[in-house]
Amino acid sequence: MSKPQFVYVTYIETTPEKLWEALTSSAFTRQYWFGAEVRSDWKVGSPFALTLDGEVTDSGEILEADPPRRLSYSFKHLKYEELRGEPISRVVFTIEPFGSLVRLTVLHDGFVEGGKYLGAVSNGWPAILSGLKSLLERGQVLAIPRTALNKGFDAK
Amino acid sequence: MDEVFKALADASRRSLLDRLHAKNGQSLNELCEGLEMTRQAVTKHLVILEEANLVTTIRHRREKLHYLNPVPIHQIGERWIRKFERGKLAALSELKRQLEKRDE
Repeated sequence: MSKPQFVYVTYIETTPEKLWEALTSSAFTRQYWFGAEVRSDWKVGSPFALTLDGEVTDSGEILEADPPRRLSYSFKHLKYEELRGEPISRVVFTIEPFGSLVRLTVLHDGFVEGGKYLGAVSNGWPAILSGLKSLLERGQVLAIPRTALNKGFDAK
Repeated sequence: MDEVFKALADASRRSLLDRLHAKNGQSLNELCEGLEMTRQAVTKHLVILEEANLVTTIRHRREKLHYLNPVPIHQIGERWIRKFERGKLAALSELKRQLEKRDE
């Protein structure tokens, strides 16, 4: 693998188990991931899908699953015409206890340099991770408009 | 949050973040290229940025690579931008109330 294109880190006041659940349960992702739901049985080699209002927007495969420490899946965008030609990208979540906190690292790679997906994703993750932190620490997410996700399409 | 503001309150550190924003995942050598700062100064600034979680590092093929981590900046935005939006919404509600009252 080439070097990762994005590495995001956030410290969350929670437990690794709760964080794992928040990453793999639609009841949680709906609240912090712009309404998106995750679908998988979370076993290596199983399919993974991201759905929005019942429609599959991205799909891929579970590459690693070691609850509650490490999760990785591939995904390819299906919904927007302009993003469909982009290659499969890979995301790796690493969960580590850090004193009374949990350190979550999100590593993302596989984009084409200058590709549109890169812009879309680089706008998405910081918002998604902020929402995830708010949800786990305060039990609620600040409403982030879905349009924030699309903001990156025109970015270089 | 104090660490984030302290880390950002320095032009050299902001320029390091700009360099990572332009090209993510750089080694110390790459980051030092073309800068007027000494390697020691760059290292010192990177430590402060890392402590504020604005920069994160990973090891890749025996190299330590530095990544811009915008999550803390996003959290700052979330904390205050929403308050300004609430003000706008309140102002709009009041405007609507006033305009509609005239027709009563």
